[in-house]
Amino acid sequence: MIKSAVRGALLCTVSLLLASCSSPKGQVLRLATTTSTYDSGLLNDILPAFEAEYGVRVDVVAVGTGQALALGRRGDADVILVHAASKEQAFVEEGYGLARFPVMFNDFILVGPPEDPAKIGGVGQAAEALARIAAAAAPFASRGDDSGTYARERALWQAAGLQPDSEAGWYLSLGQGMAATLQFADEVGAYTLTDRGTFMAQRAQLEHLELMVGGGSISENADRALMNPYSVIPVNPAGNGGVQADLAQKFIDWLLSLDTQKRIAVFGIDQFGQPLFFPDSERWRSTRP
Amino acid sequence: MSPIEGTLLQLNSVAGAFWEIVALTFRVTGTATLISAALGIPAGALLGLSKFSGRRFIVTSIYTGMGLPPVVVGLAVYLTLSRSGPLGGMEWLFTPWAMVVAQVIISFPLVAGLTMTAIEALDPDLRLQLRSLGAGRRQEVAAMLGEAREGVVAAVVAGFGGIISEVGAAMLVGGNIESQTRVLSTAIVLETRRGFFGLALGLGGALLGMAFMVNFIFLRLQGRGRWPVR
Repeated sequence: MIKSAVRGALLCTVSLLLASCSSPKGQVLRLATTTSTYDSGLLNDILPAFEAEYGVRVDVVAVGTGQALALGRRGDADVILVHAASKEQAFVEEGYGLARFPVMFNDFILVGPPEDPAKIGGVGQAAEALARIAAAAAPFASRGDDSGTYARERALWQAAGLQPDSEAGWYLSLGQGMAATLQFADEVGAYTLTDRGTFMAQRAQLEHLELMVGGGSISENADRALMNPYSVIPVNPAGNGGVQADLAQKFIDWLLSLDTQKRIAVFGIDQFGQPLFFPDSERWRSTRP
Repeated sequence: MSPIEGTLLQLNSVAGAFWEIVALTFRVTGTATLISAALGIPAGALLGLSKFSGRRFIVTSIYTGMGLPPVVVGLAVYLTLSRSGPLGGMEWLFTPWAMVVAQVIISFPLVAGLTMTAIEALDPDLRLQLRSLGAGRRQEVAAMLGEAREGVVAAVVAGFGGIISEVGAAMLVGGNIESQTRVLSTAIVLETRRGFFGLALGLGGALLGMAFMVNFIFLRLQGRGRWPVR
């Protein structure tokens, strides 16, 4: 009996060894991105085309924005795809990234309970809506973490001239991901800032949350401050031999190419009736009037 | 889209990946349990049978190790295996091997510590008996382990249980990469984060089912079969 147990465990070890030997080094690109980007499903949709064309496997590590940049600083990722402009700028200025390349954008929206105690439904500008929420002391659920969404939320409060914290009993800082925050807001009847994609994906489960500010689609969103641009950043290989700089550059060229940008433009239409992202690379912009 | 349609879509997209995840979970935790047992059982036996200066310090360390937060182990392993870290050249980070390393570190104190107490609980006369029968050192240890096999198997079960469901270290050092380092525990976190609670619960059920099966096999190890005494 013990012999067969040991045999079984040895089988596990051997099969693990074999599996790890099957992929030769140099054929794997490691992409660090945010959880909301990954959860949208876009990468699973477009990456196979890159993998097939270049014979490269892309390992996507989806973590919080802060952690993705930390992976870049340590050279544990070859390329980063995030949406946090000021953090990206600092990352490049400090020399960890070679440059920022715009890839695409989507938008944020404010959602809240159908009763709308703060009367923000249909307001055009988010800062004004937030001011009304504060004035009404209506419950507001915040990500309260290192995410791009939270960074934008704080910037919008600042634009409204406010700095709410947990001392004010209506401001609820959760320290959780977007889906969890939406679930919470749904249960409690709170307002929250969310990216449109996550809200649409979760819509069926969120029976007591409605879109308040941001319009029915990105093209209808009147507030520039709610735009959410994504950048791709090649990690600086200097001083870190493991970083695959050439592979990263190939990936970036592919990501910004017209073909890929077109795929990004249609992603989500099947499932939601509208695209989840708008392409925004230099090459794409140059083809627009 | 109705909730049912939504769930079916999720299940469909996950079906192929499901067996991949289960297989990887088996391979990673199976390997880690094997290594942990291979290191921990002899270590525990030696600690249970010997007296030497510094023994108390080692035992205290092992007991402390049992309570180590797994995510802290994960962080330490990440920093060590990171490309900027001392062992970055091995390129183990974000591969199943990094997960095995973390899981071995997490389970080793449990296996060693509980083996040690199982040996200590044996009748000391047994040892005298074995020696008087002319048993060599290795025979003595093997026979003692055989006598204590219930406790030793429980030690391995405890080690296995501690790592099969561990998620913090697995996320940190594995990265939850689809088809590469996604195991049941990290997949559950992913689906929970996405709000697909039904799917997450299903994966949780699979994890429990797997653990139950393995523990059932362990239980049979306790009762029957002759432990080799050469």
